[in-house]
Amino acid sequence: MSDYTFIDHTYDVVVVGAGGAGLRATLGLAEAGLSTVCITKVFPTRSHTVAAQGGISAALGNMGEDDWRFHFYDTIKGSDWLGDQDAIEFMCKEAPAAVIELEHYGVPFSRTEDGRIYQRPFGGMTTHFGKGIAQRTAAAADRTGHAMLHALYQQSIRHNAEFHVEYFAIDLIMENGECRGVVALDLATGRLHRYRAHAVILATGGYGRAYFTCTSAHTCTGDGGGMALRAGLPLQDMEFVQFHPTGIYGAGCLITEGVRGEGGFLTNSKGERFMERYAPNAKDLASRDVVSRSMTIEVREGRGVGEHRDQIHLHLEHLGPEVIHERLPGIADTARIFAGVDVTKEPIPVQPTVHYNMGGIPCNYHGEVVTVKNGDPDTIVPGLFAAGEAACVSVHGANRLGSNSLLDIVIFGREAARHIATLVKPGERHRALPKDAGDFAVARLDRLRNAKGSRPTAEIRREMQRIMQADAAVFRTETSLREGCGKLAKTFASFADVRISDRSLVWNTDLIETLELENLLGQAVATINAAENRKESRGAHAREDFPERNDAEWMKHTLIRVDSAGRTTIDYRKVHLDTLTRDVETVPPKARVY
Amino acid sequence: MVESPQVPRLRWRCRRGMKELDLLLERYLSLDFPTASSCDRQAFARFLELPDPELAAYLLGGVVPADSDFARLAGQLARTRS
Repeated sequence: MSDYTFIDHTYDVVVVGAGGAGLRATLGLAEAGLSTVCITKVFPTRSHTVAAQGGISAALGNMGEDDWRFHFYDTIKGSDWLGDQDAIEFMCKEAPAAVIELEHYGVPFSRTEDGRIYQRPFGGMTTHFGKGIAQRTAAAADRTGHAMLHALYQQSIRHNAEFHVEYFAIDLIMENGECRGVVALDLATGRLHRYRAHAVILATGGYGRAYFTCTSAHTCTGDGGGMALRAGLPLQDMEFVQFHPTGIYGAGCLITEGVRGEGGFLTNSKGERFMERYAPNAKDLASRDVVSRSMTIEVREGRGVGEHRDQIHLHLEHLGPEVIHERLPGIADTARIFAGVDVTKEPIPVQPTVHYNMGGIPCNYHGEVVTVKNGDPDTIVPGLFAAGEAACVSVHGANRLGSNSLLDIVIFGREAARHIATLVKPGERHRALPKDAGDFAVARLDRLRNAKGSRPTAEIRREMQRIMQADAAVFRTETSLREGCGKLAKTFASFADVRISDRSLVWNTDLIETLELENLLGQAVATINAAENRKESRGAHAREDFPERNDAEWMKHTLIRVDSAGRTTIDYRKVHLDTLTRDVETVPPKARVY
Repeated sequence: MVESPQVPRLRWRCRRGMKELDLLLERYLSLDFPTASSCDRQAFARFLELPDPELAAYLLGGVVPADSDFARLAGQLARTRS
């Protein structure tokens, strides 16, 4: 095993992932004087937060009346009453201060004429509990995500945080149910690094790549969720996957909602503007889940377009080249490159595309990971934290509102750091790691590196993605979900027969993609089994056979474990209806109508 | 053709924050890079050092890079995907 001698490190805290959540946590920890390393598989400003261009929500009230309580209400309604109201209160109340703080860190928010942060309206964001339209979303032109990453990275460096860049985290080091550190591979040298720390924060993002078509970058493989499952921990609410209605067919590249905002519309094979039937008022501007579901019904009923009749057309050609180029920059290029379409002359073929994972590693609003132990589903896992899309706090519940994701990563990255600073003193003495610390990670790495089976990684990945797309997508029924669970179990088992061709440890992308595939597979199994189990429709989880929300039986979080053989066990966690303080009252469940 | 030793490293660096960039950069690396001139290969390695929004502006936003090597490369990268 000489290939695998560890380089040992000791830090107060290790952050895994350098998207918005990881960087905000890293900055907070470094500011608090804790020795902090952030390990990341890609360069920090290249994480998927870059793709978040829309903006960040906060009731600053710069454009008119607003109140964090309105934001609180909107988020709960958006979550279809699966969000935890204590965490949502915390997020919405802290939002204005956190956004102003970002501005001080150097995020160049777009401004009003009198110099305040400009805010625009966004779907689902209202005033007076649904009565008015809120202008709550702040943005740095169309580069909000990148501006945030850039500012947070610079500030972290300024506070002496360390970055281990192009390091791939393999597995957690667990000891008697406590997290003691993490093992990572340096891609450039092939050396293994073993980190000992008082706390580890998983800020590894979503697992969109479990599906065939997703808007996520290739790097979104849910590595933290995979590590949590292998550590025997459950994941929460994995059945809730948000689809964006207009991803380019096949490629998955996002065509922004702004296109429909400017007058673009959808048609089926008969040339019919079918959204008029499903949402007579909002039509093509109805919420993401409604539009995605309507498109799927059209396809299922045989009115799709294209060779396999599984596409829908998005029209812009009536808008004229001037409007397209002026108000929708980039759309024409994106459509030309990825769909081969001239948008001034022909429609873009689109399909609902995986966009965001509401589910993830269960944690409380301090970012502390929780698990079920002796019947208590709020048992804290000492030493382990999660933040961002990797986590399920849960503030998004069954469905996330646009511009709440950038807020989520900032608020809970910041709070995880703040909370850790109350638990850990800088330089606090470390206990020795157990003798076998890291062996689990090494054994797994070694097994995959030498895998001589019959199935290439890409083949297994493609099979998983196709099953998820066919049986765990927008429309869900018992028959297709059962079938999907069965098929996916076989795909999961076939991973034992994976073959990789490159045996080296240096820049071995084949090996890394195989480690990532194992992370994706566990989360795919969790998602489809949790979807089969939940016999109601709520938010993004729409069951054809159980079309109604059923609060009496199902207003609860799913906790699902996946063992090494792919077997799942399900527990539940109560939705926190109680608010954190008396500043705001619980919003009792009612129908989610827009 | 023997794969250049730098290819695995470049392949990893084609991993970006935006899917559109992943697709275009990876396509170039697998289809065009093996037969590209050494000047273009060097330009591609340099191109990968640019931040994502800049790459997006060149490949999807109609902005023409001032660097002539980059301009040639951007034209090739942003062709219609077949």
